[in-house]
Amino acid sequence: MSLLEVKALSKHFGGIRAIEEITFNTRSGIILSIIGPNGAGKTTLFNCLTGFLRPTKGSVVFSEKEISYLSADKINLLGISRTFQNIRLFKEMTVIENVMVAQHSKIRSGFLSAVIRSSNFKEEERIAKERSFEYLELLGIEAYAEKISGSLPYGAQRKLEIARALATEATLILLDEPTAGMNPQETDEMMARIKNLRELGKTIILIEHDMKVVMGISDRIIVLDHGVKIAEGVPYDIKNNPMVIEAYLGRETH
Amino acid sequence: MPEKTWNHKKYLMPVIIALWFSFLFLPFKGIKAAILLFVILTFAIPLLKYALNLIKKIHLPADTFRGYVPSDKRYFFLLLVPLMTAPFFAEDYIIDVVINSGIYIILALGLNIVVGFAGLLNLGFVAFYAIGAYSYALINTKLGLGFWSAMPVSVLLTMLSGFLLAVPALRLRGDYLALVTLGFGEIVRLVLNNWDSFTKGPNGISGIMPPYIFNISLGKLSYYYYLVLIFVVISVFVIRRVHDSKTGRAWISLREDEIASSAMGINTTLYKLYSFAFGSFWAGLAGCLFAAKMRFISPESFSFMESVLILCMVILGGLGSIAGVVIGAVILVFLPEALRGVETYRMLAMGCGMVLLMVFRPQGLFGGKNVSIGS
Repeated sequence: MSLLEVKALSKHFGGIRAIEEITFNTRSGIILSIIGPNGAGKTTLFNCLTGFLRPTKGSVVFSEKEISYLSADKINLLGISRTFQNIRLFKEMTVIENVMVAQHSKIRSGFLSAVIRSSNFKEEERIAKERSFEYLELLGIEAYAEKISGSLPYGAQRKLEIARALATEATLILLDEPTAGMNPQETDEMMARIKNLRELGKTIILIEHDMKVVMGISDRIIVLDHGVKIAEGVPYDIKNNPMVIEAYLGRETH
Repeated sequence: MPEKTWNHKKYLMPVIIALWFSFLFLPFKGIKAAILLFVILTFAIPLLKYALNLIKKIHLPADTFRGYVPSDKRYFFLLLVPLMTAPFFAEDYIIDVVINSGIYIILALGLNIVVGFAGLLNLGFVAFYAIGAYSYALINTKLGLGFWSAMPVSVLLTMLSGFLLAVPALRLRGDYLALVTLGFGEIVRLVLNNWDSFTKGPNGISGIMPPYIFNISLGKLSYYYYLVLIFVVISVFVIRRVHDSKTGRAWISLREDEIASSAMGINTTLYKLYSFAFGSFWAGLAGCLFAAKMRFISPESFSFMESVLILCMVILGGLGSIAGVVIGAVILVFLPEALRGVETYRMLAMGCGMVLLMVFRPQGLFGGKNVSIGS
């Protein structure tokens, strides 16, 4: 049974067809990569899946629920979480607070119990903080917990964004270029961490440009070009697919 | 040459600043004084900068005043001691000013929830203050209800009006939201001013009763002082606790990055609504306290300048900082009183003060590093 089913999904901006009739599905517990040249519609696809853009046509079914018309926060509550290509942290908040924001929906006690500081409230805050710390440990940035997140080095900010996405306890994590701007060591470390997430039972959809990363960790790969899915398969097939090579390198002419 | 342009700027800026201030000064004391001010400022500003640089060199750490505020809660009670005993030694005039600053603290804390926490620029906050004051005044004078029964009703009415404004306004962002709130503030003032049969228009409402406790009137200044003090303490206490809960975190995440915060499962519209309602709650309370203290209110007290003043308190203290906002409110209430001797210049002095603050400490006295509003 598939966790996410995308059927004939299209997004048009006026006359521009950013993505056109994309269909794919993914089982749970795998790493699915979406690759394609710049402007292929990868981020638009992510935005459609997470409710930041309303698709023009088509449907998105997540755990047997139609989600294409829902708002971003509702989709998140159903269990899809994402990171952003240009890092979007809550810069003035501390690192642990950033992750605690993601625990928002897990904390039940509301306004009044916050004012009277009921034992229930204290317990929930403590648990939220502990859990947030665990997510920081998972990504290896627990040393920064009390730092203001805007002051973190670039690599740590990327990791914090992933920790924050995980802390919503989503089952499907969408990572938009998690290794962008990283040096080879950092990239290797990030690859290991993403693989580790799969071991924890998360399903991951990844946008990535670094072919070494893509070929190294993906279970399946989808290739987009000009908003259309041109290939799908295991890394080996994609590597040898003439259409993919053409999309990336252009047609051979004699 | 980068070196040259930098120097250029360094020498030109003080001249421009001096020119500007002396231009402002011109209507007050004529051309001679303005020229004198220009000359003084032209030399004083580079000197001041030089001195500031020296101070920076000596003063290595602490680029924020936060470090000087003891975080231990026990110090808070030490602060309460002089506040509790103040009416026994201070003269009535001081007590009166302190009561005023107490009311403004509650107002500024309320605005801080909207502007400082949730990052929604609200230029018509005085509307909620007015609704609080007028609803208390009308309930009290027309229905004859006392403070303790009328106050909750008028606070709820204010919250409701906050909600009603927020529902259409929150479809807008940044500058547009600021304009709508500004318009709302003016609408409320104009309605109060022109609805003669209900609000008695510009004549205002008089004969508002002060609060009573067991038939003891709290109209006496020192009693009223304690009443306001209690409400200030409650407001600081409650707002602090809400700030340190999931609601507060949701607000701040909204301010920092609305898109990311909705990606974290936060219903951004709902939390904006909450911030408007919770903010106007305190404005309503402050309005009640104001009406019950003055016993007379008129639309004049709720002009746009009042909104600006409250916003200045929040910005002076530092957006989002509770301690900062309290101190900002106290400064901006006491400063005009302290400058009463130089009546004509006090608005000028305050304006200069705000300009200098924005130049040298844009984040406010107690604010964080780069909190911005309206984006």
